[in-house]
Amino acid sequence: MNGLTRQGLARMVAAHLPRDSFVNLGIGAPTAVANHMAPDSGIILHSENGVLHMGAAPPPGEEDWDLINAGKAPITLAEGGAFFDSALAFAMMRGGHLDVAVLGAFQVSERGDLANWSTGRDEGEPPAIGGAIDLAVGAKSIWIMMEHVARDGAPRIVETCTFPLTAARVVARIFTTLAIVEVRPQGLVASALIEGASLADVQAVTGAPLAAADRIATIRPDGSVVP
Amino acid sequence: MRNVVVPDAAAAVAGLRDGQTVMVGGFGGAGLPRAIIVAVAALGIRDLTVISNNAGIAGDDLSLWFRERIVRKLVCSYPRGAADFTAQYRDGSVELELVPQGTLVERIRAGGAGLGGILSPVGVDTVFAQGKQRVAVDGRDYLLELPLRADFAFVRGRVADTLGNVTYNKAARNHCAVMATAADIVAVEVDRTVAPGALDPEAIVTPCIFVDRVFASPAP
Repeated sequence: MNGLTRQGLARMVAAHLPRDSFVNLGIGAPTAVANHMAPDSGIILHSENGVLHMGAAPPPGEEDWDLINAGKAPITLAEGGAFFDSALAFAMMRGGHLDVAVLGAFQVSERGDLANWSTGRDEGEPPAIGGAIDLAVGAKSIWIMMEHVARDGAPRIVETCTFPLTAARVVARIFTTLAIVEVRPQGLVASALIEGASLADVQAVTGAPLAAADRIATIRPDGSVVP
Repeated sequence: MRNVVVPDAAAAVAGLRDGQTVMVGGFGGAGLPRAIIVAVAALGIRDLTVISNNAGIAGDDLSLWFRERIVRKLVCSYPRGAADFTAQYRDGSVELELVPQGTLVERIRAGGAGLGGILSPVGVDTVFAQGKQRVAVDGRDYLLELPLRADFAFVRGRVADTLGNVTYNKAARNHCAVMATAADIVAVEVDRTVAPGALDPEAIVTPCIFVDRVFASPAP
């Protein structure tokens, strides 16, 4: 059972974003989703440091260090873009104005609890939270993209998060290297599985019960999904 | 006529004393008042409480203050990649109050707007709720977050007029525009200063009523 590459996972998430929606891509792996959005998607990307309608990265030599994204990498502004202060940027987040936020995670529970800011262990650096927690609470729909299991093989989808919570009961969909999982009131539902894997195969590396959707789609190795 | 232009960064930070609280604008390097940071380090003061989104990376950013060990407490959302802060944090000589970024800026906004605090859903059922009053409104739980104010706020603008009206450059306004409302003395470093009337009133982000000192420090 070979999982998606990071690029394949980013492509899969990009293909699911609604047209013309307002989206925030979290720092780290979710940032790469922008590279796979169709040019005519109409999606307007928000950045927590005060930018709406981010464009592509600038060509080398044309960086403006007053024009950066949440990961502090240089960006450009798309036509129709706008700047604003951090209070307004977070009003957009907390106030429910973003359609989707795509975030990475260490763990997601079957109730949609999210742990993505700390493992609770001393890893040599002071704790840092940034804006992930505000996104997790405020966007209309929270999507997670992550490796299906941790480096040590431990499931990242669990009954109860053991890492410190970012927010409780907020996750709507989980895109992993092996599956697409919907968080429903009755529990987790697998709506797509990686090509060649059965529900039992994916269940074996998942720490909470997975029910099958009425129809389970197939995830191709390139990240495309076919019914 | 009102004129808040001062000659240089040293004049902009004059009067800052041991143990005071300062806000420093910026997100990463955007909006960071670098000349002011250097001028504060030269004052020879210590035990500052610093409110800032980040803790510097290297060179003439906030990391300078941690190399010089002039900070006693940092109120911050993302002190990551900050080697000098980390070194001081690990030996226990600086205290960290970690605040979610949106809560940080909203507490500053409350401080500047004369509010006694804000109710935020961020942090409910997490470690960020510890020690905070929980308030239910219409069936949803919120945390009472208290306002933040400072003795000095230091921010970077683009152009200021001599009255103290300030514009910003692109994403560099981030926390700057909010911090500029929430301190007793607000000092703004800008690319250049102009006469009143030269700025488009529609483009002024920080009106001069908030600003006490401005000085020109051309962008690096």
